[in-house]
Amino acid sequence: MEALLAQLEAQLADNSIFTLQTLSYYGEGLVTTVQLVFLSLIIGLVAAVPLAIGRGSRRRWVKMPIFLYTYVFRGTPLLVQLYLIYYGVVFVEGIQESWLWVILEKPFVPALIAFTLNTAAYTTEIFHGAIKATPRGEIEAARAYGMSRALMLRRIVLPSAFRRALPAYGNEVIFMLHASAIASVVTIMDLTGAARFVYARFYAPFEAFLFVAAIYLCLTFAILYLFRYLERRLLAHLKPASG
Amino acid sequence: MIDLHGYGPRLLEGALITIELAVLSLILAIVLGLATASAKMSRNWLLHRTGTLYTTVIRGVPDLVLMMLMFFGGQIGINMVTDWLYDRFGIDTFINVNEFVAGVITIGLIFGAYMGETFRGAFMAVESGQIEAGRAYGMSHWLVFRRIRFPQMMRHALPGLSNNWMVLLKTTALVSVIGLSDMVRVAAEASKATREPFTFMIIVAAIYLLIASVSEWGFARLQKRYNVGYGEAD
Repeated sequence: MEALLAQLEAQLADNSIFTLQTLSYYGEGLVTTVQLVFLSLIIGLVAAVPLAIGRGSRRRWVKMPIFLYTYVFRGTPLLVQLYLIYYGVVFVEGIQESWLWVILEKPFVPALIAFTLNTAAYTTEIFHGAIKATPRGEIEAARAYGMSRALMLRRIVLPSAFRRALPAYGNEVIFMLHASAIASVVTIMDLTGAARFVYARFYAPFEAFLFVAAIYLCLTFAILYLFRYLERRLLAHLKPASG
Repeated sequence: MIDLHGYGPRLLEGALITIELAVLSLILAIVLGLATASAKMSRNWLLHRTGTLYTTVIRGVPDLVLMMLMFFGGQIGINMVTDWLYDRFGIDTFINVNEFVAGVITIGLIFGAYMGETFRGAFMAVESGQIEAGRAYGMSHWLVFRRIRFPQMMRHALPGLSNNWMVLLKTTALVSVIGLSDMVRVAAEASKATREPFTFMIIVAAIYLLIASVSEWGFARLQKRYNVGYGEAD
């Protein structure tokens, strides 16, 4: 590691912008971006499963609130949602005296809440569509076996719906990575935040933003290949037969 | 009644800027999208590669990063060009990047890539027999495009187009970060000044929902128009 750093420093010797110092900003930014995106995606995914099931319920009082939630969160910009939570959280009665304030004071948690609510809304709609596309015959077969609703959901509907949702969910993951760039607006030092800092420090927009764009591009391709691999593994039975 | 602390008119102006920005970028994106789709379907190796590079790079980088690159880098880039023109040819010009124009160009450029993919799929969905029939009638390439390929392509492109428009509309909110006084920026300023973020942000969210709902209705009507002769599938 020491030798590697020394070598890197030697290579960067005539570079006035990309010193070890600025590269470490980008490195920390990368960690923050990945944390933010990963955490919001995981929480959003867990929340989206029951929401998607409820979204397809026959009971109006279950279906309508969930529909309203996804409609509002998918119909307004994430930036507005972020502002609402980031600026709004201060005004919640008595929050500044409670223990919650310690974590809510920093912009990371409000941003995480906004991102999670946003991705959960999109993922709910993706899963809802996938559940609705379950072939009728599969459900009838499950009923004929005498399965209860819960058992049918667990064994038949959800596994195949998750597989069908995979391509659309891959797009959502990439969308979330790109959307996370707005975290820099509320002073979070994510990848874009690091690029803005480097830009402001050296007044070098091309170097600062092209470099970060290349990192995002690599991350996007990594996600793309991961999902392509998953699709190949999990959707192998749907591939057209080839000779 | 909701107290807007005198921010009402500015909020309305901001909403108009949002709409203007969105519509103008949409037009630019459609033009770029048609060009990209043609380039990607062309047999010319260079055109095909350029189109693919454009759509891949633009769709792989966050909108905000591209926007900052254009806004902050754009002026420096243009200055470099004008300096070069002066040194080389003695032409003394100075072009100032207007924020609104830069916003339209950036958003148009981003969504041109998405539109390109939408249009490419839609053009390929038009049966080649139809195009051959048009050629057999002695129609020119342009006439075939106008009378046969375009109207039928639109039927397939409309769902994707409407989707892109909804995303584009929400992307316009990002220009507030760069300094354009769209409604999100006005609302953010008002929130800080009056310490009432809920009032302003909820109004802005409601306006976005209203625009989205109106355009959804508009696209449904367009879809009906371009689906004439195909009947509703039920």
